[in-house]
Amino acid sequence: MARSVKKGPFVQEALYKRVSGMNARNEKRVVKTWSRASTILPDFVGHTFAVHNGNKFIPVYVTENMVGHKLGEFAPTRLFRGHTGNKAVDKKAAAPAAAPAARGGK
Amino acid sequence: MARIAGVDLPRDKRVEIGLTYVFGIGRATAKQILESTGVNASIRVRDLTDADVNRLRQAIEKDFRVEGALRTEVAMNIKRLMDIGSYRGIRHRRGLPVRGQRTHTNARTKKGPRRAIAGKKKVTK
Repeated sequence: MARSVKKGPFVQEALYKRVSGMNARNEKRVVKTWSRASTILPDFVGHTFAVHNGNKFIPVYVTENMVGHKLGEFAPTRLFRGHTGNKAVDKKAAAPAAAPAARGGK
Repeated sequence: MARIAGVDLPRDKRVEIGLTYVFGIGRATAKQILESTGVNASIRVRDLTDADVNRLRQAIEKDFRVEGALRTEVAMNIKRLMDIGSYRGIRHRRGLPVRGQRTHTNARTKKGPRRAIAGKKKVTK
């Protein structure tokens, strides 16, 4: 079921404060966060978040299209290396894993 | 011949059902359209007058996105998910179920026919 509109989007309080502070001071730096459930607000566009995936922090550069999604959607928690002896899947698995990392690094 | 939104409607079916042959119109939408245009839902498509057909066509054009336009919209939504690199986009890219279904077994609709796995032992008996 969708979240009640009355409550507004969920964003971790501390995270929201960090970003509004940075917007007020017009500065940009990577924000480390564990709050994967936080919704991406229009204020967040242009910032980079280091989102925890349970193991390490995945850099997520927020663009306009991402507004309304959750931060966790952009930091995959599972690592699939392919099955034994399946070379085709090995290659495929390596490519998507490398692609988001490269984009986040920009 | 009733041709609506580039689709020929089946002539022998009731209008209510015939309209659902247009991509983007199901039973509920068909009923809604017939009610708003005042066309009798129980008559057959072949018995529709030209005026009826025209009214249906206009009602659909005005209020609904159907066929090509709808397909494009859906494709664009999926493409957006893939472009922003979200989890759902990645699942689309890999051709796996998107909404958290199990993939240990089943999920054949999305994954397609089973592919043979090299070196896997067949269970005999």
